[in-house]
Amino acid sequence: MHHIRLDSDTDFDGWRKAARGLVLADVVPADVTWTVAGDEPELFDGPGLAPGAGAFAEAQASFTDSASTQSASTQSTFSHSPSSQPASLSDDTPSPSPTQTFNVPARFVELAKTAILHRDPQRFAYLYQLLWRLRTNPELMQVATDPDVARLQAMAKAIRRDEHKMHAFVRFREIGREPKSRYVAWFEPEHHIVELAAPFFARRFADMEWSILTPDICAHWDGHAVAFTPGVAKSMAPSDDRLEETWRTYYASIFNPARLKTKAMQAEMPKKYWRNLPEAALIKPLIEEAERKTSAMVAAEATAPKKPQRQEQPMTKTTKHGAETLAHLREEAKDCRACDLWKPATQTVFGEGPQHATVMLVGEQPGDKEDLAGKPFVGPAGQMLDRALAEAGIDRAKTYVTNAVKHFKFVPRGKIRLHQKPNTPEIKACRQWYERELATIKPQLVVAMGATAAQSVLGKITPINKNRGHLLNQADGTQVLVTVHPSYLLRLPDEDAKALEYKRFVDDLKIVAAHLNKAHAA
Amino acid sequence: MDVQRKLAILADAAKYDASCASSGTEKRDSRDGKGLGSTAPGMGICHSYAPDGRCISLLKVLLTNACNYDCLYCVNRASSNVPRARFTVDEVVQLTLDFYRRNYIEGLFLSSGIIRSADYTMEQVVEVARRLREEHHFRGYIHLKTIPEADDALIAKAGRYADRLSINIEVPEENSLAKLAPEKDVRAIRRTMGRLRLRLDEASEAKAEARKQPSRARPPRFAPAGQSTQMIVGADSATDQTILDTSANLYGSYNLKRVYYSAFSPIPDSSRALPLQAPPLVREHRLYQADWLMRFYGFGAQEIIDPSVGMLSLEMDPKLAWALRHRERFPLDVNRASREDLLRVPGFGRKAVDRIIDTRRHSAIRSADLAKLHIPRNKALPFIVLPDHRPPTSLLDGARLAERFRPKAQQLGFGF
Repeated sequence: MHHIRLDSDTDFDGWRKAARGLVLADVVPADVTWTVAGDEPELFDGPGLAPGAGAFAEAQASFTDSASTQSASTQSTFSHSPSSQPASLSDDTPSPSPTQTFNVPARFVELAKTAILHRDPQRFAYLYQLLWRLRTNPELMQVATDPDVARLQAMAKAIRRDEHKMHAFVRFREIGREPKSRYVAWFEPEHHIVELAAPFFARRFADMEWSILTPDICAHWDGHAVAFTPGVAKSMAPSDDRLEETWRTYYASIFNPARLKTKAMQAEMPKKYWRNLPEAALIKPLIEEAERKTSAMVAAEATAPKKPQRQEQPMTKTTKHGAETLAHLREEAKDCRACDLWKPATQTVFGEGPQHATVMLVGEQPGDKEDLAGKPFVGPAGQMLDRALAEAGIDRAKTYVTNAVKHFKFVPRGKIRLHQKPNTPEIKACRQWYERELATIKPQLVVAMGATAAQSVLGKITPINKNRGHLLNQADGTQVLVTVHPSYLLRLPDEDAKALEYKRFVDDLKIVAAHLNKAHAA
Repeated sequence: MDVQRKLAILADAAKYDASCASSGTEKRDSRDGKGLGSTAPGMGICHSYAPDGRCISLLKVLLTNACNYDCLYCVNRASSNVPRARFTVDEVVQLTLDFYRRNYIEGLFLSSGIIRSADYTMEQVVEVARRLREEHHFRGYIHLKTIPEADDALIAKAGRYADRLSINIEVPEENSLAKLAPEKDVRAIRRTMGRLRLRLDEASEAKAEARKQPSRARPPRFAPAGQSTQMIVGADSATDQTILDTSANLYGSYNLKRVYYSAFSPIPDSSRALPLQAPPLVREHRLYQADWLMRFYGFGAQEIIDPSVGMLSLEMDPKLAWALRHRERFPLDVNRASREDLLRVPGFGRKAVDRIIDTRRHSAIRSADLAKLHIPRNKALPFIVLPDHRPPTSLLDGARLAERFRPKAQQLGFGF
């Protein structure tokens, strides 16, 4: 039998050193008992000596965590560190055989550091039991259904929950008044978590002097470092705070009596915490009152409404002067319901550009970004267009840029929206806006980019490749150039094809530029 | 009026907003000794729970409950006879700091009735956040309600100080909003959500850029915890299918962190145009479950609800109901099935699926292991195959399977 006595309830380093020695000396878990200094050993057999027991020789032990199943990044700090303070070990710690080595998965170290804070006196033994088994089965940590793993994981979960609840339910009480005040809290954690939970308060309340008093151990912050002192009695903590009545007012007012769900409350805020929560005294009366209040609320006749207390003028939007007709058109299009595309979209994306532009560029429909911004061609396709226009020598600011369909058609897929091609009825429904834009702007030349634009501009399905490269004369005197949509260039997977198609697109735009120059010269 | 009385009125006025999350923001602390507060990385902290089961994480108040708008479902509507109050900017700032220092809260959730104009209201709300951040170096969590029509510059400012911004879509259907909240405009709400999303995208792109070139100045901050919204359930006749479609659309369009569902709740001095009775709270619960299925379990908005009904079952959770309608996909061999399929098994949570995939590489899952994986046996067993378990074909094909999951008839009386 080996009796290991650890320095404290949270003495992970001591446990690690002892466990390392025990494993290397082949001591089976059944032959080890664990106690904490100060606790009376109970239920344990008398001391027994393992063969080879003697002074703890740590130098040769190679107890590293380069577990075979773990990637390098998950290796932990559970490595042998000769500089660390030797743990207080009883004399019967066996000395390891100098040649043996074994690996520990980093996941075990994480688990052990947490589970060791559990109040269960058997925790050291449970951990050693798992460590013992890991020696021959390093993949055990991944078997969530293994009883030893499952038990320790449940214990670690209880620790994390207790820590979280301590972060949540500590209530500071002020002693003195700002700026010379101190804040003191009384808390009763379920497990040995004060040292684990204290850094959180240091990060959060760095500019306060605070103490958290508990029966086991107390944490103090002086603005520079966290210090720990032994546990105290509750009477050492202040019993009231000037803000608590206000806090209770808040608690009572934020509660909605029409939806009583006390089980949900208690699942998250178990009764054991109530005695240290200033607001908890209200729980019982609030519940009792709730039913009465709600039925009174429902039973009450709706009272005659007061006169609405509108003081100021209703909020109106100012409309910009100038370019009146186009502005009117745009305003009217905002509420377009000619097809169903408006509903899932954010807004109508109307055309943009000078009222008397000589060139009108028509695309298919707004995309994701255009829908959000309310402006045409501002997304990736817009950037492609900008680049090509610049290369062809056309100033976008002098053109009118619009789309054949003015709402974004899409299907939502999780966090993104997948573009959908508009169908013929939608193109037809939206054509009125194109026609009115055309009539208002009267451009000399219309560039239809992509099949949808070509269909809308030319009034019939028009293949791009057969018709691109030259101007098409329309009955109304405008000339139309058909080309690809810039998003087509974005979708081409092959870099060479992309470069070639981009060049063809720029060449098409150069026809526009030439036409403009001619018109300008004339 | 003293601050405590104002708090009673303005917290009461704010409680119908379900959102109280303090999660998902950037990591901050006050170890430099200059300020107060920190944010919890990952999950937020609920400092208390009210008997309505809701978490109390933030000081959730209105700046004022005076309002120009007359939204029928709202306790603060212009025509309501509730007492009115207005905090000064200083009062909210001081209350936030006082509560925070005592560890009552994670931070502030500030909203307001619309007074004077959208911009004026927004300006006041933003000023509280500015003072907390700039004058008191407050590093805790701030959630600001965004007023839809507010000016772009104010929105940019709000995003600089706040962790999260939100605009409530209010009701799932546009025409019912027109009836219930005549001054509100869904289109303006959506446009502003779009504006927020553009700024959020911009900030995250700038952040990624800055990570690549650390020498460059830090990009402007914009609401690192993103945006959220709330939908009131049961104040109009919208079906659950409509609600889920709207949610899917909002998640996809505006990259919302959360859509909150708030069962319409009877309010003091309510309008005659509203239903007097609240919808069952379980409907709200089922909607949250369905929302989770969409976001974390790979379900599409169109497949969760039985199309012939249009509503989620109140009796059983939506995944179970789905599985009962798709029995041809079961039973599933737990030791072989894909992750996607496992996520569709009733009773299998995301964590359980992760553990199954880890575990089964080393050791086959047997029926005794379900408890260790925190999987409810009765719910899962009819749908799965294990080395020591295979549900009888008659069970999966039989009509009685659904009966097993219906809650037992309860004696009438009060839950005690």
